Amino acid sequence: MKGRTISPGKVEGTAIVSSDPIGFYGGIDIKTGIVIEKDHPLEGKKVTGKILVFPCGKGSTVGSYVIYGLAKNGFGPAGIINKETETIVATGVILAGIPCIDHIDIDKIKTGDKIILNADKGTCKIKK
Amino acid sequence: MYLTKEEEKILNGENGEVIERLFRLLVRLGDIYGAEKMIPVGSVQVAGVSYKSIGDPGTEFLEDIASKGVKVKVLTYLNPAGMDLENWKKLGFPADFAKNQLRIIDAFREMGIVVTSTCTPYLAGNLPRFREHIAWSESSAVSFSNSVIGARTNREGGPSALAAAICGITPNYGLHLWENRQPTVKINVDADLSFNSDFGALGWYVGKQVKNKIPYFTGIKDANTDQLKALGAAMAASGAVALYHVEGLTPEADLVENKGLEKISVGKKEIKETYNKLNTGKKPDIVIFGCPHASLREISTIAGKLKGKHLKKAVWICTSRMIKEVAERMGYNEIIAKAGGSIVADTCMVVSPIEQMGYKTTGVNSGKAANYLPGFCKQEVCFANLDDLVEGQL
Repeated sequence: MKGRTISPGKVEGTAIVSSDPIGFYGGIDIKTGIVIEKDHPLEGKKVTGKILVFPCGKGSTVGSYVIYGLAKNGFGPAGIINKETETIVATGVILAGIPCIDHIDIDKIKTGDKIILNADKGTCKIKK
Repeated sequence: MYLTKEEEKILNGENGEVIERLFRLLVRLGDIYGAEKMIPVGSVQVAGVSYKSIGDPGTEFLEDIASKGVKVKVLTYLNPAGMDLENWKKLGFPADFAKNQLRIIDAFREMGIVVTSTCTPYLAGNLPRFREHIAWSESSAVSFSNSVIGARTNREGGPSALAAAICGITPNYGLHLWENRQPTVKINVDADLSFNSDFGALGWYVGKQVKNKIPYFTGIKDANTDQLKALGAAMAASGAVALYHVEGLTPEADLVENKGLEKISVGKKEIKETYNKLNTGKKPDIVIFGCPHASLREISTIAGKLKGKHLKKAVWICTSRMIKEVAERMGYNEIIAKAGGSIVADTCMVVSPIEQMGYKTTGVNSGKAANYLPGFCKQEVCFANLDDLVEGQL
Protein backbone atom coordinates (compact mmCIF):
# COMPACT_ATOMS: atom_id res chain seq x y z
CA MET A 1 0.00 0.00 0.00
CA LYS A 2 1.28 3.47 -0.84
CA GLY A 3 0.70 6.55 1.33
CA ARG A 4 2.52 9.69 2.43
CA THR A 5 5.75 9.96 4.43
CA ILE A 6 5.24 11.68 7.77
CA SER A 7 8.52 10.63 9.42
CA PRO A 8 11.15 8.59 7.54
CA GLY A 9 12.70 5.22 8.43
CA LYS A 10 12.32 1.50 7.67
CA VAL A 11 11.06 -1.08 10.14
CA GLU A 12 9.39 -4.52 10.31
CA GLY A 13 7.04 -5.54 13.08
CA THR A 14 3.71 -6.90 14.27
CA ALA A 15 0.62 -4.74 13.83
CA ILE A 16 -1.60 -3.61 16.71
CA VAL A 17 -4.72 -2.01 15.25
CA SER A 18 -7.18 0.44 16.83
CA SER A 19 -10.42 1.31 15.05
CA ASP A 20 -10.73 4.41 17.28
CA PRO A 21 -8.50 7.52 17.29
CA ILE A 22 -5.74 7.64 19.93
CA GLY A 23 -5.11 10.60 22.24
CA PHE A 24 -1.60 10.03 23.56
CA TYR A 25 -1.88 12.48 26.49
CA GLY A 26 -3.90 10.58 29.09
CA GLY A 27 -4.23 7.71 26.60
CA ILE A 28 -0.93 5.83 26.78
CA ASP A 29 1.27 5.45 29.86
CA ILE A 30 4.66 7.01 29.13
CA LYS A 31 6.47 4.64 31.54
CA THR A 32 5.04 1.32 30.25
CA GLY A 33 3.66 1.84 26.73
CA ILE A 34 0.29 0.47 27.89
CA VAL A 35 -2.99 2.03 26.68
CA ILE A 36 -4.74 3.46 29.74
CA GLU A 37 -7.71 5.34 28.26
CA LYS A 38 -10.92 3.96 29.73
CA ASP A 39 -13.12 2.02 27.30
CA HIS A 40 -10.59 2.42 24.47
CA PRO A 41 -10.51 -0.67 22.18
CA LEU A 42 -6.81 -1.12 23.03
CA GLU A 43 -7.18 -0.52 26.80
CA GLY A 44 -4.61 -2.62 28.67
CA LYS A 45 -2.61 -3.50 25.52
CA LYS A 46 1.06 -2.61 25.10
CA VAL A 47 2.18 -0.71 21.99
CA THR A 48 5.95 -1.04 22.62
CA GLY A 49 7.89 -2.37 19.62
CA LYS A 50 4.70 -2.83 17.57
CA ILE A 51 3.51 -1.19 14.38
CA LEU A 52 0.71 0.93 15.83
CA VAL A 53 -2.17 1.36 13.38
CA PHE A 54 -5.01 3.86 14.05
CA PRO A 55 -7.15 6.27 12.03
CA CYS A 56 -5.97 9.61 13.49
CA GLY A 57 -4.89 11.37 16.65
CA LYS A 58 -7.24 13.21 19.01
CA GLY A 59 -7.17 15.37 22.13
CA SER A 60 -4.54 17.50 23.82
CA THR A 61 -1.69 19.21 21.98
CA VAL A 62 0.64 17.80 24.66
CA GLY A 63 0.37 14.40 22.90
CA SER A 64 3.54 15.17 20.90
CA TYR A 65 5.63 15.06 24.10
CA VAL A 66 4.05 11.75 25.13
CA ILE A 67 5.11 10.15 21.83
CA TYR A 68 8.60 11.60 22.22
CA GLY A 69 8.73 10.44 25.85
CA LEU A 70 7.58 6.90 25.03
CA ALA A 71 10.40 6.58 22.50
CA LYS A 72 12.96 8.11 24.86
CA ASN A 73 11.93 5.76 27.68
CA GLY A 74 12.22 2.78 25.33
CA PHE A 75 8.46 2.05 25.28
CA GLY A 76 7.54 3.62 21.95
CA PRO A 77 5.96 1.81 19.02
CA ALA A 78 8.39 0.72 16.29
CA GLY A 79 6.30 2.45 13.63
CA ILE A 80 2.93 4.19 13.11
CA ILE A 81 0.43 3.88 10.26
CA ASN A 82 -2.56 6.25 10.07
CA LYS A 83 -5.47 7.02 7.86
CA GLU A 84 -4.77 10.75 8.45
CA THR A 85 -1.94 12.04 10.66
CA GLU A 86 -2.69 15.42 12.27
CA THR A 87 -0.01 17.82 13.53
CA ILE A 88 0.15 16.54 17.09
CA VAL A 89 1.10 12.99 16.09
CA ALA A 90 3.27 14.26 13.20
CA THR A 91 5.29 16.49 15.55
CA GLY A 92 5.71 13.64 18.04
CA VAL A 93 6.96 11.04 15.53
CA ILE A 94 9.32 13.49 13.80
CA LEU A 95 10.95 14.45 17.13
CA ALA A 96 11.03 10.85 18.31
CA GLY A 97 12.34 9.50 15.00
CA ILE A 98 9.53 6.93 14.74
CA PRO A 99 8.85 5.90 11.11
CA CYS A 100 5.30 6.98 10.23
CA ILE A 101 3.10 7.11 7.11
CA ASP A 102 -0.53 8.04 6.47
CA HIS A 103 -3.19 7.96 3.72
CA ILE A 104 -3.37 4.18 4.13
CA ASP A 105 -6.56 2.09 4.04
CA ILE A 106 -6.04 0.75 7.55
CA ASP A 107 -9.13 -1.50 7.42
CA LYS A 108 -6.95 -3.92 5.43
CA ILE A 109 -4.56 -4.39 8.37
CA LYS A 110 -5.41 -6.77 11.25
CA THR A 111 -3.81 -7.01 14.69
CA GLY A 112 -1.06 -9.64 14.50
CA ASP A 113 -0.22 -9.06 10.80
CA LYS A 114 3.50 -8.88 10.07
CA ILE A 115 4.15 -5.47 8.49
CA ILE A 116 7.07 -4.17 6.46
CA LEU A 117 6.98 -0.39 6.84
CA ASN A 118 9.14 1.71 4.52
CA ALA A 119 8.38 5.26 5.58
CA ASP A 120 11.17 6.63 3.34
CA LYS A 121 9.01 5.65 0.37
CA GLY A 122 5.67 6.04 2.17
CA THR A 123 4.77 2.36 1.71
CA CYS A 124 3.74 -0.60 3.85
CA LYS A 125 3.27 -4.27 3.03
CA ILE A 126 1.55 -7.13 4.85
CA LYS A 127 3.95 -10.12 4.91
CA LYS A 128 2.14 -13.35 4.03
CA MET B 1 8.35 23.82 -0.25
CA TYR B 2 10.16 27.03 -1.23
CA LEU B 3 12.96 28.05 1.14
CA THR B 4 14.86 31.35 1.10
CA LYS B 5 18.67 31.41 1.04
CA GLU B 6 18.65 32.23 4.76
CA GLU B 7 16.41 29.24 5.48
CA GLU B 8 18.62 26.93 3.36
CA LYS B 9 21.53 28.00 5.56
CA ILE B 10 19.63 26.99 8.69
CA LEU B 11 19.00 23.54 7.16
CA ASN B 12 22.74 23.24 6.50
CA GLY B 13 23.37 23.73 10.19
CA GLU B 14 24.93 27.19 9.96
CA ASN B 15 22.95 28.42 12.97
CA GLY B 16 23.76 25.39 15.11
CA GLU B 17 22.33 21.92 15.65
CA VAL B 18 19.33 22.87 17.84
CA ILE B 19 17.98 25.47 15.42
CA GLU B 20 18.55 23.05 12.54
CA ARG B 21 16.59 20.30 14.33
CA LEU B 22 13.65 22.59 15.17
CA PHE B 23 13.65 24.14 11.70
CA ARG B 24 13.57 20.66 10.14
CA LEU B 25 10.41 19.97 12.15
CA LEU B 26 8.76 23.06 10.64
CA VAL B 27 9.89 22.14 7.10
CA ARG B 28 8.62 18.58 7.55
CA LEU B 29 5.22 19.84 8.81
CA GLY B 30 5.08 22.32 5.93
CA ASP B 31 5.79 19.56 3.40
CA ILE B 32 3.17 17.24 4.93
CA TYR B 33 0.42 19.87 5.00
CA GLY B 34 1.20 21.46 1.63
CA ALA B 35 2.70 24.82 2.68
CA GLU B 36 4.35 26.67 -0.21
CA LYS B 37 6.63 28.74 2.02
CA MET B 38 7.41 29.92 5.54
CA ILE B 39 5.87 33.12 6.94
CA PRO B 40 7.06 35.29 9.85
CA VAL B 41 5.02 35.09 13.06
CA GLY B 42 4.24 38.08 15.28
CA SER B 43 4.02 36.14 18.52
CA VAL B 44 3.98 32.63 19.96
CA GLN B 45 2.28 30.84 22.82
CA VAL B 46 3.90 27.56 23.87
CA ALA B 47 1.90 24.68 25.38
CA GLY B 48 3.32 21.71 27.26
CA VAL B 49 4.39 23.64 30.36
CA SER B 50 2.94 21.62 33.24
CA TYR B 51 5.19 18.90 34.67
CA LYS B 52 2.04 16.81 35.03
CA SER B 53 1.62 16.95 31.23
CA ILE B 54 5.16 16.60 29.84
CA GLY B 55 6.91 14.58 32.57
CA ASP B 56 10.66 13.89 32.56
CA PRO B 57 11.07 13.39 28.79
CA GLY B 58 9.57 16.80 27.99
CA THR B 59 11.56 18.46 30.79
CA GLU B 60 14.84 17.01 29.50
CA PHE B 61 13.95 18.00 25.93
CA LEU B 62 13.50 21.63 27.05
CA GLU B 63 16.59 21.66 29.29
CA ASP B 64 18.65 20.33 26.40
CA ILE B 65 17.53 23.21 24.14
CA ALA B 66 18.05 25.82 26.88
CA SER B 67 21.55 24.52 27.67
CA LYS B 68 22.67 25.28 24.09
CA GLY B 69 21.98 28.99 24.62
CA VAL B 70 19.25 29.20 21.99
CA LYS B 71 16.86 32.19 22.33
CA VAL B 72 13.38 32.91 20.94
CA LYS B 73 13.06 35.51 18.16
CA VAL B 74 9.54 36.85 18.90
CA LEU B 75 7.32 37.69 21.89
CA THR B 76 6.59 34.27 23.41
CA TYR B 77 4.27 33.42 26.31
CA LEU B 78 3.63 30.16 28.13
CA ASN B 79 0.53 28.09 28.69
CA PRO B 80 -0.47 27.47 32.36
CA ALA B 81 2.00 25.59 34.54
CA GLY B 82 1.05 22.82 36.99
CA MET B 83 1.02 25.14 40.00
CA ASP B 84 1.04 28.76 41.20
CA LEU B 85 4.71 29.61 40.61
CA GLU B 86 4.93 31.85 43.69
CA ASN B 87 2.26 30.72 46.11
CA TRP B 88 2.46 26.93 45.59
CA LYS B 89 3.48 25.99 49.11
CA LYS B 90 0.61 27.80 50.81
CA LEU B 91 -1.90 26.33 48.35
CA GLY B 92 -0.69 22.82 49.15
CA PHE B 93 1.08 21.76 45.95
CA PRO B 94 3.47 18.82 46.56
CA ALA B 95 7.17 19.82 46.93
CA ASP B 96 8.64 17.22 44.56
CA PHE B 97 6.16 18.29 41.88
CA ALA B 98 7.15 21.92 42.48
CA LYS B 99 10.85 21.15 42.07
CA ASN B 100 10.33 19.64 38.62
CA GLN B 101 7.87 22.36 37.60
CA LEU B 102 10.43 25.05 38.43
CA ARG B 103 13.09 23.23 36.31
CA ILE B 104 10.75 23.56 33.32
CA ILE B 105 10.13 27.27 33.98
CA ASP B 106 13.88 27.90 34.33
CA ALA B 107 14.52 26.27 30.95
CA PHE B 108 11.90 28.49 29.30
CA ARG B 109 13.29 31.61 31.00
CA GLU B 110 16.76 30.82 29.65
CA MET B 111 15.32 30.73 26.14
CA GLY B 112 14.04 34.30 26.60
CA ILE B 113 10.39 33.28 26.91
CA VAL B 114 8.17 35.50 29.08
CA VAL B 115 7.56 33.21 32.05
CA THR B 116 4.02 34.18 32.69
CA SER B 117 1.83 31.15 32.32
CA THR B 118 -1.66 31.75 31.00
CA CYS B 119 -4.25 30.45 28.58
CA THR B 120 -5.36 34.09 28.02
CA PRO B 121 -2.18 35.77 26.71
CA TYR B 122 -4.43 38.35 25.01
CA LEU B 123 -5.51 39.62 28.47
CA ALA B 124 -1.96 39.69 29.80
CA GLY B 125 0.10 41.67 27.32
CA ASN B 126 0.40 39.43 24.26
CA LEU B 127 -2.27 40.82 21.96
CA PRO B 128 -2.03 40.07 18.23
CA ARG B 129 -3.71 42.31 15.66
CA PHE B 130 -6.35 41.47 13.03
CA ARG B 131 -4.81 39.26 10.27
CA GLU B 132 -1.49 38.90 12.08
CA HIS B 133 0.13 35.47 11.65
CA ILE B 134 0.94 33.88 15.00
CA ALA B 135 1.76 30.37 16.30
CA TRP B 136 -0.27 29.65 19.41
CA SER B 137 -0.91 26.34 21.12
CA GLU B 138 -3.53 26.30 23.81
CA SER B 139 -6.83 25.40 22.20
CA SER B 140 -8.98 28.17 23.76
CA ALA B 141 -6.32 30.82 23.06
CA VAL B 142 -6.12 29.58 19.46
CA SER B 143 -9.90 29.84 19.17
CA PHE B 144 -10.06 33.34 20.73
CA SER B 145 -7.24 34.80 18.63
CA ASN B 146 -8.57 33.33 15.38
CA SER B 147 -12.24 34.11 16.01
CA VAL B 148 -12.58 37.17 18.24
CA ILE B 149 -9.39 39.00 17.18
CA GLY B 150 -9.12 37.69 13.62
CA ALA B 151 -5.42 36.82 13.95
CA ARG B 152 -4.32 33.64 12.14
CA THR B 153 -2.96 30.50 13.77
CA ASN B 154 -3.13 26.76 13.44
CA ARG B 155 -3.51 24.60 16.54
CA GLU B 156 0.19 24.11 17.30
CA GLY B 157 1.65 21.26 19.32
CA GLY B 158 4.07 22.25 22.13
CA PRO B 159 7.27 21.48 20.17
CA SER B 160 6.09 23.03 16.88
CA ALA B 161 5.16 26.28 18.69
CA LEU B 162 8.58 26.32 20.36
CA ALA B 163 10.21 25.78 16.96
CA ALA B 164 8.21 28.72 15.56
CA ALA B 165 9.34 30.91 18.48
CA ILE B 166 13.02 30.04 18.05
CA CYS B 167 12.99 30.31 14.23
CA GLY B 168 10.48 33.24 14.12
CA ILE B 169 8.49 31.59 11.32
CA THR B 170 5.79 29.00 10.67
CA PRO B 171 4.76 27.05 7.55
CA ASN B 172 1.97 28.81 5.62
CA TYR B 173 -0.92 26.33 5.59
CA GLY B 174 -4.31 25.69 7.20
CA LEU B 175 -5.86 28.66 9.01
CA HIS B 176 -3.10 31.03 7.83
CA LEU B 177 -4.83 30.98 4.42
CA TRP B 178 -8.05 32.93 3.86
CA GLU B 179 -9.71 30.17 1.81
CA ASN B 180 -9.52 27.83 4.81
CA ARG B 181 -11.25 30.31 7.15
CA GLN B 182 -14.66 30.06 5.52
CA PRO B 183 -17.49 28.64 7.68
CA THR B 184 -18.55 25.03 7.03
CA VAL B 185 -21.67 24.81 9.23
CA LYS B 186 -24.36 27.28 10.35
CA ILE B 187 -25.58 27.29 13.96
CA ASN B 188 -28.91 29.01 14.63
CA VAL B 189 -29.23 29.86 18.33
CA ASP B 190 -32.68 30.43 19.79
CA ALA B 191 -32.10 30.72 23.54
CA ASP B 192 -31.48 33.43 26.12
CA LEU B 193 -27.83 33.30 27.09
CA SER B 194 -27.12 35.31 30.22
CA PHE B 195 -24.53 33.54 32.38
CA ASN B 196 -21.05 32.73 31.07
CA SER B 197 -21.90 29.08 31.81
CA ASP B 198 -24.77 29.34 29.26
CA PHE B 199 -22.13 30.13 26.63
CA GLY B 200 -20.03 27.22 27.94
CA ALA B 201 -22.98 24.85 27.60
CA LEU B 202 -23.74 26.14 24.09
CA GLY B 203 -20.09 25.69 23.10
CA TRP B 204 -19.89 22.19 24.54
CA TYR B 205 -23.03 21.12 22.67
CA VAL B 206 -21.91 22.65 19.36
CA GLY B 207 -18.35 21.26 19.62
CA LYS B 208 -19.75 17.75 20.07
CA GLN B 209 -21.92 18.17 16.97
CA VAL B 210 -19.47 19.83 14.58
CA LYS B 211 -16.09 18.32 15.67
CA ASN B 212 -13.44 20.25 13.66
CA LYS B 213 -15.74 22.25 11.39
CA ILE B 214 -15.90 26.08 11.31
CA PRO B 215 -19.25 27.23 12.76
CA TYR B 216 -21.07 30.41 11.72
CA PHE B 217 -23.42 31.48 14.55
CA THR B 218 -26.61 33.43 14.06
CA GLY B 219 -29.03 34.45 16.82
CA ILE B 220 -26.44 35.44 19.44
CA LYS B 221 -27.57 39.02 20.06
CA ASP B 222 -24.75 40.12 22.31
CA ALA B 223 -21.74 38.65 24.04
CA ASN B 224 -18.77 40.22 25.81
CA THR B 225 -15.22 38.88 25.49
CA ASP B 226 -15.59 36.75 28.64
CA GLN B 227 -18.59 35.02 27.11
CA LEU B 228 -16.90 34.50 23.74
CA LYS B 229 -13.88 33.12 25.62
CA ALA B 230 -16.18 30.60 27.36
CA LEU B 231 -17.93 29.67 24.10
CA GLY B 232 -14.71 29.08 22.14
CA ALA B 233 -12.99 27.17 24.95
CA ALA B 234 -15.87 24.71 25.28
CA MET B 235 -16.05 24.10 21.50
CA ALA B 236 -12.31 23.45 21.36
CA ALA B 237 -12.60 20.93 24.21
CA SER B 238 -15.66 18.88 23.23
CA GLY B 239 -14.72 19.18 19.56
CA ALA B 240 -11.64 20.55 17.81
CA VAL B 241 -13.04 23.93 16.74
CA ALA B 242 -10.13 26.35 16.14
CA LEU B 243 -12.17 29.12 14.47
CA TYR B 244 -15.79 30.29 14.63
CA HIS B 245 -17.69 33.31 13.38
CA VAL B 246 -20.62 35.10 15.08
CA GLU B 247 -22.91 37.23 12.93
CA GLY B 248 -22.60 40.89 13.95
CA LEU B 249 -19.93 40.26 16.59
CA THR B 250 -16.68 38.76 15.28
CA PRO B 251 -14.48 40.58 12.73
CA GLU B 252 -14.50 38.07 9.85
CA ALA B 253 -18.23 37.27 10.05
CA ASP B 254 -19.16 39.93 7.47
CA LEU B 255 -16.31 38.95 5.14
CA VAL B 256 -16.89 35.19 4.79
CA GLU B 257 -19.36 33.35 2.56
CA ASN B 258 -22.17 31.84 4.67
CA LYS B 259 -24.68 30.62 2.08
CA GLY B 260 -25.66 27.02 1.41
CA LEU B 261 -24.27 25.60 4.64
CA GLU B 262 -25.54 22.64 6.64
CA LYS B 263 -27.72 24.03 9.49
CA ILE B 264 -27.94 23.06 13.15
CA SER B 265 -30.47 24.64 15.55
CA VAL B 266 -29.79 25.03 19.25
CA GLY B 267 -32.59 26.05 21.62
CA LYS B 268 -33.39 26.17 25.33
CA LYS B 269 -33.90 22.41 25.38
CA GLU B 270 -30.39 21.57 24.09
CA ILE B 271 -28.78 24.02 26.53
CA LYS B 272 -30.69 22.52 29.46
CA GLU B 273 -29.80 18.97 28.40
CA THR B 274 -26.13 19.96 28.21
CA TYR B 275 -26.23 21.29 31.79
CA ASN B 276 -27.68 17.94 32.88
CA LYS B 277 -25.16 15.93 30.92
CA LEU B 278 -22.13 17.80 32.31
CA ASN B 279 -23.35 17.37 35.89
CA THR B 280 -21.84 14.13 37.19
CA GLY B 281 -21.48 15.10 40.86
CA LYS B 282 -23.72 16.20 43.72
CA LYS B 283 -21.99 18.64 46.10
CA PRO B 284 -18.63 20.18 45.22
CA ASP B 285 -15.64 19.90 47.63
CA ILE B 286 -14.16 22.85 45.78
CA VAL B 287 -15.43 25.40 43.27
CA ILE B 288 -12.90 26.63 40.69
CA PHE B 289 -13.51 29.61 38.42
CA GLY B 290 -11.20 30.83 35.70
CA CYS B 291 -11.20 28.28 32.89
CA PRO B 292 -9.99 29.91 30.69
CA HIS B 293 -8.17 32.26 33.08
CA ALA B 294 -10.47 34.82 34.69
CA SER B 295 -10.56 38.39 33.40
CA LEU B 296 -10.54 41.34 35.78
CA ARG B 297 -14.29 41.72 35.14
CA GLU B 298 -14.93 38.14 36.24
CA ILE B 299 -12.83 38.56 39.40
CA SER B 300 -14.64 41.79 40.21
CA THR B 301 -18.01 40.00 39.87
CA ILE B 302 -16.93 37.21 42.23
CA ALA B 303 -15.48 39.70 44.73
CA GLY B 304 -18.84 41.49 44.70
CA LYS B 305 -20.64 38.25 45.60
CA LEU B 306 -18.16 37.34 48.36
CA LYS B 307 -17.92 40.75 50.06
CA GLY B 308 -18.57 40.31 53.79
CA LYS B 309 -19.43 36.61 53.36
CA HIS B 310 -17.81 33.52 54.85
CA LEU B 311 -17.13 30.45 52.70
CA LYS B 312 -17.62 27.02 54.25
CA LYS B 313 -15.83 25.24 51.42
CA ALA B 314 -12.97 26.10 49.06
CA VAL B 315 -13.27 28.52 46.15
CA TRP B 316 -10.34 29.08 43.77
CA ILE B 317 -10.15 31.64 41.00
CA CYS B 318 -7.49 30.86 38.41
CA THR B 319 -6.00 33.76 36.49
CA SER B 320 -2.82 35.15 34.98
CA ARG B 321 -0.17 36.82 37.13
CA MET B 322 -0.89 40.20 35.47
CA ILE B 323 -4.61 40.16 36.21
CA LYS B 324 -3.88 39.03 39.78
CA GLU B 325 -1.68 42.10 40.27
CA VAL B 326 -4.42 44.48 39.13
CA ALA B 327 -7.03 42.66 41.23
CA GLU B 328 -4.71 43.08 44.21
CA ARG B 329 -4.54 46.83 43.62
CA MET B 330 -8.34 47.02 43.35
CA GLY B 331 -8.74 45.24 46.71
CA TYR B 332 -10.58 42.27 45.16
CA ASN B 333 -7.99 39.74 46.35
CA GLU B 334 -8.37 40.92 49.94
CA ILE B 335 -12.18 40.63 49.80
CA ILE B 336 -11.89 37.11 48.37
CA ALA B 337 -9.22 36.06 50.89
CA LYS B 338 -11.27 37.43 53.82
CA ALA B 339 -14.21 35.31 52.70
CA GLY B 340 -11.90 32.27 52.60
CA GLY B 341 -11.32 32.00 48.85
CA SER B 342 -8.02 31.96 46.93
CA ILE B 343 -6.72 33.62 43.80
CA VAL B 344 -4.45 31.16 42.05
CA ALA B 345 -2.14 32.45 39.32
CA ASP B 346 -0.08 30.74 36.58
CA THR B 347 -1.99 27.46 36.67
CA CYS B 348 -5.41 25.93 36.16
CA MET B 349 -7.47 23.09 37.51
CA VAL B 350 -6.96 20.87 34.46
CA VAL B 351 -3.16 20.86 34.46
CA SER B 352 -2.62 20.96 38.23
CA PRO B 353 -2.61 17.77 40.34
CA ILE B 354 -5.90 18.52 42.22
CA GLU B 355 -6.73 14.81 42.45
CA GLN B 356 -3.57 14.41 44.58
CA MET B 357 -4.76 17.24 46.84
CA GLY B 358 -7.77 15.37 48.17
CA TYR B 359 -10.55 16.86 46.02
CA LYS B 360 -13.12 14.51 44.49
CA THR B 361 -15.93 16.76 43.25
CA THR B 362 -15.30 20.11 41.59
CA GLY B 363 -17.86 22.82 40.80
CA VAL B 364 -17.23 24.79 37.61
CA ASN B 365 -19.00 27.29 35.33
CA SER B 366 -16.78 26.34 32.38
CA GLY B 367 -17.81 23.93 29.63
CA LYS B 368 -14.14 23.25 28.93
CA ALA B 369 -13.33 22.38 32.56
CA ALA B 370 -16.45 20.20 32.79
CA ASN B 371 -15.20 18.34 29.72
CA TYR B 372 -11.67 17.62 30.99
CA LEU B 373 -11.93 17.27 34.79
CA PRO B 374 -13.44 13.74 34.83
CA GLY B 375 -10.63 12.28 32.66
CA PHE B 376 -7.55 14.33 33.54
CA CYS B 377 -8.21 14.87 37.25
CA LYS B 378 -10.60 12.02 38.16
CA GLN B 379 -13.18 14.56 39.37
CA GLU B 380 -16.93 14.43 39.48
CA VAL B 381 -18.28 17.72 38.17
CA CYS B 382 -21.03 20.12 39.23
CA PHE B 383 -21.64 22.38 36.22
CA ALA B 384 -23.67 25.48 37.12
CA ASN B 385 -23.75 29.25 36.82
CA LEU B 386 -21.53 31.47 38.98
CA ASP B 387 -24.34 32.62 41.32
CA ASP B 388 -25.46 29.09 42.18
CA LEU B 389 -21.89 27.85 42.65
CA VAL B 390 -20.95 30.69 45.03
CA GLU B 391 -24.24 30.32 46.94
CA GLY B 392 -23.56 26.58 47.40
CA GLN B 393 -20.17 27.15 49.07
CA LEU B 394 -21.44 29.73 51.63
